[in-house]
Amino acid sequence: MNKNYFEVFRAGINSTFQDKGRSNLHHVGIPCSGAMDSRNYLIANSLLENDLSSAVIEFAYQGPLFKYHGENINIAITGDVIFKIKRDMTEIQGSCNKSYLIKDGDEIDILSTNKSVYGYFAINGKFDLKYQWGSCSINTKAQLGSNNGEKIYDGQKIIISKINSLKSTKELNYINTKIEKIRVIKGTNYDYFSKEGINTFFNKSFTISKLSDRMGMRLEGHKIDNIVNTNIKSEGLIKGVVQVPADGNPIIMLSDYGTIGGYPKIGVVISADYDKLVQLMSGSKIKFQEIELPEAETLYDLYQMETKNIISQIK
Amino acid sequence: MIKNISNLGDAALYCDFGNSINKEINSKVIRYFQSIRNQKIQGIINLTPSYNKLIISLDLTKTNFNKIKKIIENISLDPLENLSSKKIEIPVCCNEKFSLDLERLEKKLNLNRNKILDSFFNKEYFCYMTGFIAGMPFLGDLDNDLQAKRLETPRVRVPKGSVGITEQFANIYTFESPGGWNIIGNTPISVFDKSNETNPNLISPGDSIFFKRIDINQYKNFNE
Repeated sequence: MNKNYFEVFRAGINSTFQDKGRSNLHHVGIPCSGAMDSRNYLIANSLLENDLSSAVIEFAYQGPLFKYHGENINIAITGDVIFKIKRDMTEIQGSCNKSYLIKDGDEIDILSTNKSVYGYFAINGKFDLKYQWGSCSINTKAQLGSNNGEKIYDGQKIIISKINSLKSTKELNYINTKIEKIRVIKGTNYDYFSKEGINTFFNKSFTISKLSDRMGMRLEGHKIDNIVNTNIKSEGLIKGVVQVPADGNPIIMLSDYGTIGGYPKIGVVISADYDKLVQLMSGSKIKFQEIELPEAETLYDLYQMETKNIISQIK
Repeated sequence: MIKNISNLGDAALYCDFGNSINKEINSKVIRYFQSIRNQKIQGIINLTPSYNKLIISLDLTKTNFNKIKKIIENISLDPLENLSSKKIEIPVCCNEKFSLDLERLEKKLNLNRNKILDSFFNKEYFCYMTGFIAGMPFLGDLDNDLQAKRLETPRVRVPKGSVGITEQFANIYTFESPGGWNIIGNTPISVFDKSNETNPNLISPGDSIFFKRIDINQYKNFNE
């Protein structure tokens, strides 16, 4: 008997199950996927004292509206998200980074993210999901992961296979910040671009196109001049790579990237800035700054320490 | 054997084996790929072999570029005889409903249909790499007279199982996907099986491939 479940009235724009993703499959043609903003994903699971690699629901811009049926359960929402919880005739405005006790018949309405893209919904327990290569992460392009590789849909029942023992509700005082510039290490085809092209890339601001999703972020506004060849012999890709195709508009590869690509790589976003990068909304501006490898490594260590420190402040 | 190792961002090594595309260079890439994979080195989370490059992705919480670079520079490769290489036969039907670009190719290549197909089927192919989409094999090399550019406007949907050619390579669309290769037929075989977690890909880098021509009835009966 699956007596504990969420009944989805409205699925939202791009709601998927995500966890840490899957590795060791690039040679097969499968990217890592996983939660786009790993810090907010970790905070969501930490608030509920879950295993840190537990599955959550990731949503973009607008999240689900669903009704809960079953035994009492704890939930938490992270990111910068506007949501409501309805119980009987009352309605409360929800706060992010806080766990709530949810009862049979309660409705959760995740209205929208606030000046950001991704938010996370977690429960103190386990969703009933199919795992592929150790991960439930949905990759809609390759139709992999739980839910047959499809987004969560209207009318779906999200079944809960296990509820952990209920805890007193927890809270964290944390505000997601933005960074002014996305830091980038020179790409392997840096010398394919003219001096002006490089100057344009590091000095102008680009607009994030509407054609951005979990696979890639397209930029527009300034074209980057290629002086060698607009194609390279196809080779491996990783998340954060900035490719410039023949039209001169850069594309940043995100978590559901194709594993092989044939466009020149002008740069790679540093690991420390990836979580902040993915939260930039379409229509907003982005600027790049060049840094060297040792500095990028130090920044990543600091970012990891900061994440741990934030999580340790949950009360 | 690796010409140069540089960094691709802060979390990957970019191993360059040269600029040409041939079996010899690619075999070196595959040998490194298989050896590194077999040695299960702490902190390496992905390996992406391609024609003449190998990208090694790192878990920065466990290692960093310089540590792995040293390991790779001093790695002992597995003996050649231990490298796996399979021979695989792929049935392909070139019925009109599958050979979406054959007519276009006749004009592009200035060859008739039979010449194109004879040249295509009468060959042993080598798998250089798999990827872009899950399981898609990049097979080579086509004869010079079959080498055509991709479609100017890629298709939004190439049907699953489509067999395409472009430049010196042939490939197989493992599931429906956008794409710009010249489609000459379709295989009823499942080249990528996501339910098989140990071995989802029928074809791996280094394998030998033979295409076998089948007619529409054999195609229809294939999975029965």
